[in-house]
Amino acid sequence: MHKTPLLDQLESGPYPSFVKDLKRLAAKKPQVNDLLGQLERSYKEKITHWKHGGIVGVLGYGSGIIGRYSDLPDEFPGLEHFHTMRINHPSGWFYTTQAIREVCDIWDQYGSGILNMHGATGDLVLLGTTTDNLEPCFQALAHKGWDIGGSGSAMRSPSCCVGPARCEWAMFDTLEACYECTQHFQFDLHRPSFPYKYKLKFSGCPNDCVAAVARADQSHIGVWRDDIKIDQSAVKAYDGGELKPRGGATPYAKLDVKADVVDLCPTGCMSWDGKTLKIDNKNCNHCMHCINMMPQALKPGSERGVTILMGSHAPILEGAQMSWVIVPFMEVEPPFDNIKELTERIIEWWAENGKNRERVGELILRLGMRTFLEAVGLPPVPQSVIRPRANPFFYWKQEDFDAEAAGKKYYTTK
Amino acid sequence: MALAKAELVEYLYKMVEAAQGKKQLKAMDLQKAVLKEHPDQDKNMIKMAIKELIDSGRCVYTYFGGSFIEIPHVEGAAKH
Repeated sequence: MHKTPLLDQLESGPYPSFVKDLKRLAAKKPQVNDLLGQLERSYKEKITHWKHGGIVGVLGYGSGIIGRYSDLPDEFPGLEHFHTMRINHPSGWFYTTQAIREVCDIWDQYGSGILNMHGATGDLVLLGTTTDNLEPCFQALAHKGWDIGGSGSAMRSPSCCVGPARCEWAMFDTLEACYECTQHFQFDLHRPSFPYKYKLKFSGCPNDCVAAVARADQSHIGVWRDDIKIDQSAVKAYDGGELKPRGGATPYAKLDVKADVVDLCPTGCMSWDGKTLKIDNKNCNHCMHCINMMPQALKPGSERGVTILMGSHAPILEGAQMSWVIVPFMEVEPPFDNIKELTERIIEWWAENGKNRERVGELILRLGMRTFLEAVGLPPVPQSVIRPRANPFFYWKQEDFDAEAAGKKYYTTK
Repeated sequence: MALAKAELVEYLYKMVEAAQGKKQLKAMDLQKAVLKEHPDQDKNMIKMAIKELIDSGRCVYTYFGGSFIEIPHVEGAAKH
């Protein structure tokens, strides 16, 4: 075993340690011992010893395998090849124990045994195998019904929250939407043909449990467009302490409806006089705070669909960007053809205009939201305005003058 | 005039071969180059022609800070 005095310190805290897990695995997998040794050396020298990328893959696919090599193969021979495999997860990450056992058995046979559940995109991440083992491992996984996920300049494995399977707030069937889009974009998931990565995420409600708004190039967030349903007697029960806030998931026994709900409403659209709760629904921005605090008193409306947002990404080296609303409300139902068609139009525009390694959100910033909306055939909407205009100049197009002459307030694509 | 499938496959292969070692081409670079010479070429047919090149093993996908299509070659990173 390699000596790892720096890594050993990570075992001393009160929390579970990956070092402890790796040491246990190293007893039967020599490459994991080398992994600990190389990591110790990196900690000491403050430099990585990994080489990344290259040519490795499985036949026919350009995604899902990430080449990793050690730059110290003589010292750590187990890491000469240490490739990563991404395996497409099921919608909502629902597994049977049998399915997980099968994956683990296959990975014990062909890889290092190190499994990360899950990567940032949502895939199961199998860490550490050799080039020779990639194809047989892929075949073994495929025979058990698994497929490789996305990587590189491709559609990444779409992901979603648990949705209607376990959550009362799901405004649409996130699981089915995720599955439908995964199947529809199979070609683009396995064969990189985009300027860079493209992530689809589906959250059932504005609580956004998959953090789509911060991480997905194209986010679909469940929303309602009519009024929040209020049970006034239940609001009084919360105010009187008969009902616990947040369904009991809080240390606080009693809710102060004014201080904890009304005064924290981000748009100030609520009022409470001690007897009646009023909501100015036109000014509600669907943040879900009030509903989360009083789930037995407030419920989302009945007209349900999705808000579609574009452009978020969280690069390590440059600044992160949050999503931008492009469709405030879209009715959706299986097989989600309207989402698929819009996604195809967006991807076509991005693939045509994007530079190498330029995410769609960066392209929208570079060419402008107006150009984007016109190209994909979406009307401009007030919800797309993220900040007041700072540039006093505006380039009028002939279509704008034509629209004005025809008595319209502004040019739209529809 | 649009190329037939077999001609298109060869056209793409020659493009990748000519660029090997000089410029890394993405799938979209290939598509744009084909459409410049043959504007009436069906985009889906170009995608399928690239797929055929990959499935046959004549070309491979590589990743070097982005995904490219290249002629199979000895893996540089795997060398000591």
